[in-house]
Amino acid sequence: MRFQPTADQQLFARTVRELLEKECPPEAARAGFSGERWAKLREMGMIDMLASGMTEIDLVPILEEAGRAALPEPLIEAALIAGGALDGVVTAAVGSRFVAHADVADVIVIERDGALYSVRREAVTLQPVETIDAARPVFLITGGLESGTVLEADRDLADNRATLGAAAELLGLASRSIEMAADYAKERHQFGKPIGSFQAVKHKLADALLHVEFARPVVYRAAWSLSQRDETIERDVSMAKAMAGDAAAGAAKAALQTLGAIGYTQEHDLHVWMKRIWALNAAWGNPDQHRARVASAVIA
Amino acid sequence: MDLAFTTQEQAFRAQCASWFGQNLPGPLASMDTPEGFEQHRAWEKRLHDAGWSAVNWPRAFGGREATLIEWLIFEEEYYRAGAPRRLNQNGLFLLAPTLLEFGTEEQKQRFLPPIASCDEIWCQGWSEPNAGSDLASLTSRATRDGSEWILNGQKTWASRGVYADWMFGLFRSDASSERHRGLSYILVPLDAPGVTVRPIAQIDSEPGFAEVFLDDVRVPVANTLGPEGDGWKIAMSTAGFERGVVLRSPGRFMATADRLLELFKERGSPAALQDDVARAWMSADAYRLATFWAVSKLMDGGTIGAEASLNKLWWSEMDLYMHETALRLLGDDATLDGPWLDGFVFSLAGPIYAGTNEIQRNIVAERVLGLPR
Ligand SMILES: Cc1cc2nc3c(=O)[nH]c(=O)nc-3n(C[C@H](O)[C@H](O)[C@H](O)COP(=O)(O)OP(=O)(O)OC[C@H]3O[C@@H](n4cnc5c(N)ncnc54)[C@H](O)[C@@H]3O)c2cc1C
Repeated sequence: MRFQPTADQQLFARTVRELLEKECPPEAARAGFSGERWAKLREMGMIDMLASGMTEIDLVPILEEAGRAALPEPLIEAALIAGGALDGVVTAAVGSRFVAHADVADVIVIERDGALYSVRREAVTLQPVETIDAARPVFLITGGLESGTVLEADRDLADNRATLGAAAELLGLASRSIEMAADYAKERHQFGKPIGSFQAVKHKLADALLHVEFARPVVYRAAWSLSQRDETIERDVSMAKAMAGDAAAGAAKAALQTLGAIGYTQEHDLHVWMKRIWALNAAWGNPDQHRARVASAVIA
Repeated sequence: MDLAFTTQEQAFRAQCASWFGQNLPGPLASMDTPEGFEQHRAWEKRLHDAGWSAVNWPRAFGGREATLIEWLIFEEEYYRAGAPRRLNQNGLFLLAPTLLEFGTEEQKQRFLPPIASCDEIWCQGWSEPNAGSDLASLTSRATRDGSEWILNGQKTWASRGVYADWMFGLFRSDASSERHRGLSYILVPLDAPGVTVRPIAQIDSEPGFAEVFLDDVRVPVANTLGPEGDGWKIAMSTAGFERGVVLRSPGRFMATADRLLELFKERGSPAALQDDVARAWMSADAYRLATFWAVSKLMDGGTIGAEASLNKLWWSEMDLYMHETALRLLGDDATLDGPWLDGFVFSLAGPIYAGTNEIQRNIVAERVLGLPR
C-alpha cells in the first residue's frame, strides 16, 4: 500500500496549475466561459483525460487545480460525465436537474431511464435559471429530452465520477480561499498590527485548513475505489463529497469573516470562489444527503 | 498510488490477528492501580516474548523491522482485538523514536531493549507548576559537576510517573540562558537519591499523574540525549511523535468508531442521532486515511513538520466527539460506570496534553499559514 499521488501525477498537476495561472487569472474566472480557453483545455488533454486512459486518481489533482483557479468551464461535465468521448463544447445534466453552460454547449449529455444520451443543443429547449454563481450559469431543460443518441456509458458511474470531480474542485476552491484570507491577514493592519496576529483570526483559519487537509485523502480514496470499481464506491464517493463540501463551506465562511467588508463586495476576488463553493456544494448532492448515504452503508 | 495491501502486508495482518486471537488476556484492572499495573506489565512481557512489543524497531533492540505500514496494520489488529492499553507508551512512542534519531549507540543499546520488554517504565518530565503551555519558561535546572549533572526543581503532571522507573526531562543547563536556549534533555533514574515522587489523583480518582521533586539529584552527563544545550530541538522532535502519527495510531479510534456503530444499532438506531454517528465514523475513517497518507509520504522520503499539529487537533477532537455521541446514545445510562464513560473521561484530556489545542492552532496559523506571531 502506498497512499500518495505519484511523481507523474504531481508533475501534471503542476503543469496544469501553470497553464491555469496564465489562461485563467481571477479576471478570467469572473468573466465566465471562454471558447478560446476551452480549446486550450482540449489541447492540454484535460477534456479527454479518461478517454486517453487516465484513471480517476489522475484526475483528482487536476480538478483540484481547476478549483484553485475557479475555472468556469464545464470540466466535470465534459471530462467526467461524457468522459471526453464527444467533440465540441460538452456539458451534461446527469445526477442534477441543472445544466451548467448549456447556452454555449454544442452537445449536452442527458439521462433517460437509466441510460445516457447525447443531444445537440439545438434539439432541446433551455430555460435559464438565476443563481448566485454568475460565472457558471445554469439552465433547466424543458423540452426535447426524448431525442438523442445513446451513449455506451454507465449512468451511475458517470454520476459518481461527477460527484468525485466536484469534491476535488471543492478542495482546490477551499485551499485558494484560505490562502487569500491568510494573505490578506498578513497585510491588513488594525490596532497597529496585522489582523493575522490576532488569535481569533488565526484559530478560525487554522480550523478551516484542518478540515480541508483531512478531506483530501478522503477524496483520493474515493478516486481509488472508482478506479478499482470497488464495492464501496457509493460510500467512499459520498464521504468525499460530504467532507470536501463541508470543508469548503467552512473555508468560505472563515475567509469572508477574515476579509470583513471588502470580502462582501465584488471588488475583491473572494466572492467568485465563495459562490463556486456554494454552487458545487449543492450540486450532485449536498453534504447532508451524502452523509445519509454513508450512514446507510456503514450502519448495515 | 496503490491502496491495496501487498500479499506480505496481508500475511502480516493475518499473523497479528491469529496471535491476538490466541493470546488476548481477559479485562485488566486500570493500569494506574498497583494491581492493574502488574497485570499490564505481565501482558507486555507476553507481547515482547512473542516479538510484538515494538514491531517497527530494529531487531537488535527487540523489534522485527516491520515497515510503517505494517506497524499501522499491527495497531489496527491490536485494537480490533480489544487488547489492553500500552503501559509503556511514553517509552515506546515518545522516547524510543527520539533515541533512535538522536541517541548514541551506547544509549540505544542501554535504553531501548528494556523499553520494549517493559522492564523499565518511563515517564515524561516536561511540565512544571509554572511552565505548562509556555514550556520554555521552565526553571528546573541541571548544574554541571565534573562528569555529573546535579538536578534541582520540580516536574508535574507526569503520566504514570507513580510507577515509572525513569523519567526523560527537560532542564535548564545553562543558568545564563533564556527561553528555548540552554536547555538539556536528560534521562533520570527515579530511584536516585534526592528524587521524591508524589501521586496526584486524576479526575477518575486514580493516581495517573505524579509530581516529581528533584533535590540535588546526581546523574551522569552521559545520560544527556543529544548535545548539551540542544534540549529544545530534541524535545520538539519528541513532540512531533506525540502529535504526529506515532502516539495515537488510527487503529484504536477505528475500534471506537466501530463500537459506536454497534451502540447506535443496539439503541434502536435513533434517527435524531444518525447524522452525528455518521460524522463520528467518517472522522475516524478520515484520520485512518490521513495516517496512511502521512506514513506513505514518510516512506517516500518526505517529512512532517508543523502539520503534526493538524493531526493532533483532529485525533483529539474526533475522539472526544465519538465519546460525546456515545453518551448521547446512552441517554440516562450515560453516567453509569463502563467503557464509554471511561473513554469519555480519557478523551477529555486529549485537547490538553501533547500541547493544548489552542497552542496547536497557533502553530498551524503561524507555521503552516505563515501568519505573524
Ligand atoms: C492527561 C494528561 C497527561 C499529561 N501528561 C504529561 C506528562 O506525562 N508529562 C508532562 O510533562 N506533562 C503532561 N501533561 C501536562 C500537559 O502537557 C499540560 O497540561 C499542557 O502543556 C498545558 O499546560 P497547563 O496545564 O499548565 O495549562 P496552561 O498552559 O496554564 O493553559 C491553560 C489554558 O490557557 C490556554 N493558553 C495558554 N497559553 C495560551 C496561548 N498562548 N494562546 C491561547 N491559549 C493559551 C491553554 O490552551 C489552556 O486552555 C499532561 C496533561 C494531561 C491533561
